[in-house]
Amino acid sequence: MATFKEFRNNVKPNWCPGCGDFSIQAAIQRAAANVGLEPEQLAVISGIGCSGRISGYINAYGFHGIHGRALPIAQGVKLANRELTVIASGGDGDGFAIGMGHTVHAIRRNLNITYIVMDNQIYGLTKGQTSPRSAEGFKTKSTPEGSIETTLSPLEIAMSAGATFVAQSFSSDLKGLTSLIEQGIKHEGFSLINVFSPCVTFNKINTYDWFKENIVSLDQFPDYDPSDRVAAMNKIMETNGMLTGLIYQNTTRKSYEDMIVGFKPEALAKQDLALTQEQFDQLVSEFK
Amino acid sequence: MGILISQLSWKIGGQQGEGVESTDRIFSTALNRLGYYLYGYRHFSSRIKGGHTNNKIRISTKPIRAISDDLDILVAFDQESIDLNAHELRKGGVIVADAKFDPSVPEGIDARLFPVPITKLAEELGTSLMKNMVASGASWALLGLPLEVFNKAVEEEFGRKGPAIVEKNIEAVKRGADFVLELAGGPLDEFKLEEADGKQKLFMIGNEAIGLGSIAAGCRLMSAYPITPASEIMEYLIKKLPKFGGTVIQTEDEIAAVTMAIGANYAGVRTMTASAGPGLSLMMEAIGLAGMTETPLVIVNTQRGGPSTGLPTKQEQSDLNAMVYGTHGEIPKIVIAPASIEDCFYDMIEAFNLSEQYQVPVIVMTDLQLSLGKQSCEPLDYSKIQIARGKLVQDAPALEGAELFKRYEFTEDGVSPRVLPGEKGGLHHVTGVEHDEVGRPSESAVNRRRMMDKRLKKLNALEIRDALRIDAPIEKPDLLIIGMGSTGGTIDAARERLKQDGISSNHITIRQIHPFPADALKPYLEAAKKVIVIENNATAQLAGQIKMYAGNSEKIESLLKYDGNPFLPLEIYKACKEMS
Ligand SMILES: Cc1ncc(C[n+]2csc(CCOP(=O)(O)OP(=O)(O)O)c2C)c(N)n1
Ligand code: SF4
Repeated sequence: MATFKEFRNNVKPNWCPGCGDFSIQAAIQRAAANVGLEPEQLAVISGIGCSGRISGYINAYGFHGIHGRALPIAQGVKLANRELTVIASGGDGDGFAIGMGHTVHAIRRNLNITYIVMDNQIYGLTKGQTSPRSAEGFKTKSTPEGSIETTLSPLEIAMSAGATFVAQSFSSDLKGLTSLIEQGIKHEGFSLINVFSPCVTFNKINTYDWFKENIVSLDQFPDYDPSDRVAAMNKIMETNGMLTGLIYQNTTRKSYEDMIVGFKPEALAKQDLALTQEQFDQLVSEFK
Repeated sequence: MGILISQLSWKIGGQQGEGVESTDRIFSTALNRLGYYLYGYRHFSSRIKGGHTNNKIRISTKPIRAISDDLDILVAFDQESIDLNAHELRKGGVIVADAKFDPSVPEGIDARLFPVPITKLAEELGTSLMKNMVASGASWALLGLPLEVFNKAVEEEFGRKGPAIVEKNIEAVKRGADFVLELAGGPLDEFKLEEADGKQKLFMIGNEAIGLGSIAAGCRLMSAYPITPASEIMEYLIKKLPKFGGTVIQTEDEIAAVTMAIGANYAGVRTMTASAGPGLSLMMEAIGLAGMTETPLVIVNTQRGGPSTGLPTKQEQSDLNAMVYGTHGEIPKIVIAPASIEDCFYDMIEAFNLSEQYQVPVIVMTDLQLSLGKQSCEPLDYSKIQIARGKLVQDAPALEGAELFKRYEFTEDGVSPRVLPGEKGGLHHVTGVEHDEVGRPSESAVNRRRMMDKRLKKLNALEIRDALRIDAPIEKPDLLIIGMGSTGGTIDAARERLKQDGISSNHITIRQIHPFPADALKPYLEAAKKVIVIENNATAQLAGQIKMYAGNSEKIESLLKYDGNPFLPLEIYKACKEMS
């Protein structure tokens, strides 16, 4: 069985020293090993941004696509080969701005994949513009007078889109994050894990210290029941979206793959392409 | 008894949603049984209910692939259908109209009118829904064709619903037939068709042939977003793919459709998407991703009137430049244009093979008339279905240490070995960023040049079936007529008339739109006195490709039509005669 070291490769990330994304990379590598995967059984599909580079830093099958489209690519991979463990990943701009439409529909669709958002409340790669996750009043290069748009709440959106697994974490909490990713991978359906991942270069407001002060861990609520949808929504609102931990999980809904009529448990990619003469004749006979 | 005719044109018109489609379907299915060649044209608007719609079919004892200039029989469910279409009737043509609206023949039109109480006869049998049966029965009777064949078609259409329903419908057919025969005094002699060869052809629309071809090609997934005139492809495949373990997924938009297809192709399943102009525009960035990552991808673009929403239910061939030039940067890409219903089938097999052999995006372009016009199709040959997956590696040898699979290895022909995720010895990275042989980002100038050259040279060896479809019987013709897509049959019909006028012509259909097959075309351009390029767009996009790649600009003229309607043989004939 592979250890987390086998999910490492010899590429040096081009992230700034101190960037939150490093720990997310480590957490994915640990979680993959902990759930017993081999590198070839994992496909990491990422978007574009500083965060999007992550697929190149993990020793597994990696696909670094285009801005905002990690999720549809990942869903295509999963449909083609449901034996693979598929992780999609990218920034908050990637998933909640340009790719928001895909995020909502991927949640509704509920394919058995895990989506890890590396949420730094800013655009890193393009050097510091506002993101849908930026706070109102947040000053960036593109909002010199401060953002005048409402901050997006991905957790609320996920809940209302019918998510079956919603979690949030902080990149400094390697242990908690690793465990959530493991649970996400094991969850039979779509798992959303939003991870606060400070951008030390462009975001001087939402810093490590700021997160430490503002985060509300679910560990504080021993009676919290993550299968209670209404309680989950309430808790998210009460904490202004700063909640961390496994917020909601629905274990009764089947994954999309399990509901497709005629879809086999084996990978579609491994099935024979050729039609028999008989199958062909039957298809043709309808046009007579 | 008069002389037998070899072809005839029939049209049915009414409000959308009142049975025009089904009347046509039953009438033409029965004709197909007798072995006639059929070629249909649907005129419809983007409203679902209401709004005039009509279906026209040409019936012939010989293969035909063009709508006719004129019309022999018009069946009208309302006066509007008469007013809008009667001008097409040839002298002495026939109108069968519902007596309900007190039909009249517009002034100046020489046609015989048979008012048949279509709605009333149907209602007498219990429901006005059976209008289609009465109307098609009346049409059938006027042609003097055997009623048993028609009844058999009815039986098959309604068999599932039980014998009572079948009987009712057969009765409706009979009442329509009896009534019109009484009025006309028996079948019309001048519409007596020669007997057909009795060999039943396949009868389908281009989109169905595309769907069928895709399954034959091993396509098992389709991700798509509905749009006219592409939707029938997904509607056909969702009925069939589950039988082969696959599925169709209706995505949130075309960007998701195409990127999902890229993901699935990357993971090893032949996957396609289909759309029309607006969707194609949304797919452009992703087409570049497929080109850059050398991921196979098949896109069908069923062209309709653009730009923007344009004429969404009308004929046009104006996306050519978008398909050839669309996406930023430079990638190898193949654009092929089926020119017949049979091509729609075989080209899909070719498209999937090419996309894997060359690891490039392949766009199959049709136009609305080819996608939606229902027509006879020659038997499809099972033995011609070959699946070729190119350099797909299975059981790649184990990798040593930090070594990765050279997914983008520099090779003689530019095509590198491909491996699917899940393979132990195949680990590599894929990125739309410029990359090295194992797929890792690289900004090295040397690597950049080599990688660009590697990708772009892949198509140097490209060979496709009938890149040009050549009908060139004349060594030095007065005219070389060039077209693409659905226009070929119309061009051929016009050429027959040109020949009678002593104008000699050759005809080439361009099927490989990109990369442009210039060398193969040049000798024919050179041999002709004049070249006329015929296309359904306003800016002569195909002629532009020809001039750019194959020269001979001085002798190339264009015949363009962009009013939303397909060319008619007469239009092409007249224009060519004038230009010759
Ligand atoms: C279609 C398109 N538009 C714009 C860009 C430029 N771009 C690249 S990354 C990015 C946003 C980065 O922010 P985020 O997704 O939050 O990731 P981060 O860099 O913060 O990790 C933008 C706008 C692009 N690559 N593609
Ligand atoms: S710019 Fe910000 S997000 Fe990007 S690598 Fe640096 S710290 Fe991380």
